[in-house]
Amino acid sequence: MRAFAALFERLDRTTSTDGKVAALKAYFESADPADAAWGLHFLAGGKLKRLLPSRRVREWLRSRIDIEPWLFEEAYASVGDLAETVTLLIDAVIGTNEPPASVGLRDWVEGRLLTLRGLDSAEQDARLTEWTGGLPREQLFLILKMVTGAMRIGVSRTTVERAIAEMAGVEQSVIAHRLMGDREPTAGFFERLISTDDADVDAGRPYPFFLASPIVPPELPAGFDGTETDFVARELGDAADWLAEWKWDGIRAQLIKRAGGVFLWSRGDDNLTERLPELTEAAARLPDGSVLDGEVICWHGNGPEEDHPGGPMEFGVLQRRIGRTQIGPKILSAAPVAFLAYDALESDGADLRLSPLEERRNALASILTHAPARLHASPIIPFESWAQLAAERETSRARGVEGVMLKRRGSPYRSGRRRGDWWKWKIEPLTIDAVLVYAQPGHGRRAGVMTDYTFAVWDGSEPGEGRLVTVTKAYTGLTDEEFAEMDRWIRRHTKERFGPVRQVEPAHVFEIAFDSARLSGRHKSGVALRFPRMKRWRRDLGIDGADTLEAVLAIAGGES
Amino acid sequence: MASRLLQPDDRGIACPLGRFWIDPWKPVPLAVVTHGHSDHARPGMGRYIAAEPGVPVLRKRLGAGAEITGVPYGEVVRLADVEVSFHPAGHCLGSAQVRVESGGEVAVAAGDYKRAADPTCAPFEVVRCDTFVTEATFALPIYRWYPAAVIAGEILDWWDANRESGRVSVLSAYALGKAQRLLAELARALDRRREERRRVFTHGALEPMIGCYRDAGVDMLDTWRIHETSRARGRSNPFAGQLVLATPSAVGSPWMKRFGPAKSVETAFASGWMRVRGVRRRRGYDRGFVISDHADWPGLVRTCIETGASHVLCTHGNSGTLARYLRERGVGASPIETAYETEEAE
Repeated sequence: MRAFAALFERLDRTTSTDGKVAALKAYFESADPADAAWGLHFLAGGKLKRLLPSRRVREWLRSRIDIEPWLFEEAYASVGDLAETVTLLIDAVIGTNEPPASVGLRDWVEGRLLTLRGLDSAEQDARLTEWTGGLPREQLFLILKMVTGAMRIGVSRTTVERAIAEMAGVEQSVIAHRLMGDREPTAGFFERLISTDDADVDAGRPYPFFLASPIVPPELPAGFDGTETDFVARELGDAADWLAEWKWDGIRAQLIKRAGGVFLWSRGDDNLTERLPELTEAAARLPDGSVLDGEVICWHGNGPEEDHPGGPMEFGVLQRRIGRTQIGPKILSAAPVAFLAYDALESDGADLRLSPLEERRNALASILTHAPARLHASPIIPFESWAQLAAERETSRARGVEGVMLKRRGSPYRSGRRRGDWWKWKIEPLTIDAVLVYAQPGHGRRAGVMTDYTFAVWDGSEPGEGRLVTVTKAYTGLTDEEFAEMDRWIRRHTKERFGPVRQVEPAHVFEIAFDSARLSGRHKSGVALRFPRMKRWRRDLGIDGADTLEAVLAIAGGES
Repeated sequence: MASRLLQPDDRGIACPLGRFWIDPWKPVPLAVVTHGHSDHARPGMGRYIAAEPGVPVLRKRLGAGAEITGVPYGEVVRLADVEVSFHPAGHCLGSAQVRVESGGEVAVAAGDYKRAADPTCAPFEVVRCDTFVTEATFALPIYRWYPAAVIAGEILDWWDANRESGRVSVLSAYALGKAQRLLAELARALDRRREERRRVFTHGALEPMIGCYRDAGVDMLDTWRIHETSRARGRSNPFAGQLVLATPSAVGSPWMKRFGPAKSVETAFASGWMRVRGVRRRRGYDRGFVISDHADWPGLVRTCIETGASHVLCTHGNSGTLARYLRERGVGASPIETAYETEEAE
């Protein structure tokens, strides 16, 4: 655990990729494979399923130190991280004390933390107190991160892959592939991961996903005089070199049929095989040795081809469906899923990733020739000019898609987010102008800075009439300098404080962008926005220039 | 509410009976100043009175034209209808608490203060009073400081590691107080390790105050002011392995280019705010050293109680938090509005 905590500190302190790779290599070289396997688990974004809810962590803290709940909440609001707040409050060991003997990461997780599950509260508190007595601050912080299921390490997957590849003397692409799918945090897995012997193939293992980048930046470059479409044309050149598809609003996934078995993996490394039995059953009839890249989506009616009725359902339906582990007939009919395939990565057991896009699309068509309903190829959008594609893209909102995808003809299937061959061109977001009414400090690197805002619009029939009613929250979109300026302003113009939340004088208007809006009985305003973010600080607008609730409801009503 | 003696208004902490303001932020005829930081000692006042050891610092800050009278710590002077004396606050050289007495009632405005030992200034003195005006910069229980000797050891370890890899260590610190305290603590840390003392490079903006401290006889590491023209050229880097002390505003400015490419420089910030990981990450420093010239949470609470004050007025920072905490322990306390810098300045 000491070595892992030291690695965490080193990763946290350096901003250079080379420095991070060096730290990771040093760790993996010296760690016991069983500890390294758990270290890798956390580095690759794995968590322990939350062992204690945050309420229980607060209770445990109060069993150790004397602190009133209100004071704890003020401290938490200022730090913005539960594990760190608790660590700073306990801070048992000061620099010069001799810490207790270090327990290995594997023993910490398997021998201690996982055993907390199923114990009663008093027993959990007692164990945690016993284990953490005298523990250095850095280690206590990580233990609490694991306990609360909030472990997150600031290192990219690619950096971890590179460090392991360099340490093991194995190609990075091989390491990347071996890290896909089921990763067991065991010594055996870690040893197979770094093995130079490439004979073993795991039937369920997906390929690393290729990710598209946005083609249009949030702000067109200064000095560029033209429309978004002009910008796309300038960046991508001849329209004939590109293939377009709809950008479906679902969960990106790989559907694998190998050795008679079916596996479905999300891009977030979640194994969806059991949760989506309709897809698993349908895929069982695909030819063996097939791997498809596509989108899982809730779909009513038949497939996406133009002559079929039916269409995508709202993303929230899929989200609720994925959250369910018990799949009964009711949910199957309320939230039916489909798989829209973009690409074929493997056909007849052969890796197609280096073949040109068109060949892979042909392979996809032949794999799906006799495919059962629910498995469809995502249709290609025919277009001859950028203007024509732009016009198609305008229909996105009506079709329930997020925009279009552009893929370079002849390109291979790459790994990770590489710019150049795959681009996403999302529809312009919807926007409203709203007034800042509440603020509270953010989390992580925005700890202690007022960055989490609540916005309001007018409930009268005209802007500036009636009262301001809250309509959404937003946390992102301003630059660090703008946040710093707002932070100073908010502190000087606080009308009232409710714990960490400050009510401010209504004075500033922001343009809020969002992907969609729907009517919602759960929100006071009657409307819920999806992915709200601050697009612009409207310094030019007074609060009388903000939108009305009526206008927002009209957007939501038109959407649903 | 406020005492008869001290009444915060829109110009500063007013003492109507003495016809002066403590640390005013708007022009007044007579300013009684606790210490030289720019949010407490502002230009434009008719006349200034401060603790004697702080006068050279104030003179540097306010210019030769300012009319400043120094009063030794503990000596009582009469201003209109009140008696005033200055008592060490332990914040920086010459920093003082202002004690005001009239008709048997005593009020103390502490300015900024800390309880930890500091080789660069006189230690904080607890002054019994009826009304106590306290700062609340770090008034949350997450703020607890380790002994400065421990932090000085951490800084030396960091410097040594960078020396070994030939990198430049740029340590950012406030120009008055923190920079000199670091130079003094590092000197002691090297002495403790029986290592030879080393010289430290400094940003030009730090030198005037370092000069004040040397004149006051404070024992610190020797410094070299960085010359305008000196910079790394290709493989020859005069700063490789050296420690550079700089102001926060210089770090991140083009001034840093002289130390060579970013990968040959390690930056750190010495400040109480570095206690919170998110703040350090936001500021973009490689390292944070938690050392502050303000009282930590236990220091604030202990001090408010030790003064025996029946009423505590809390200014800048988490004033509401400290006031509520004290009230729940039976001490009358309330937050007051002032114009002293809060969040980022220290």
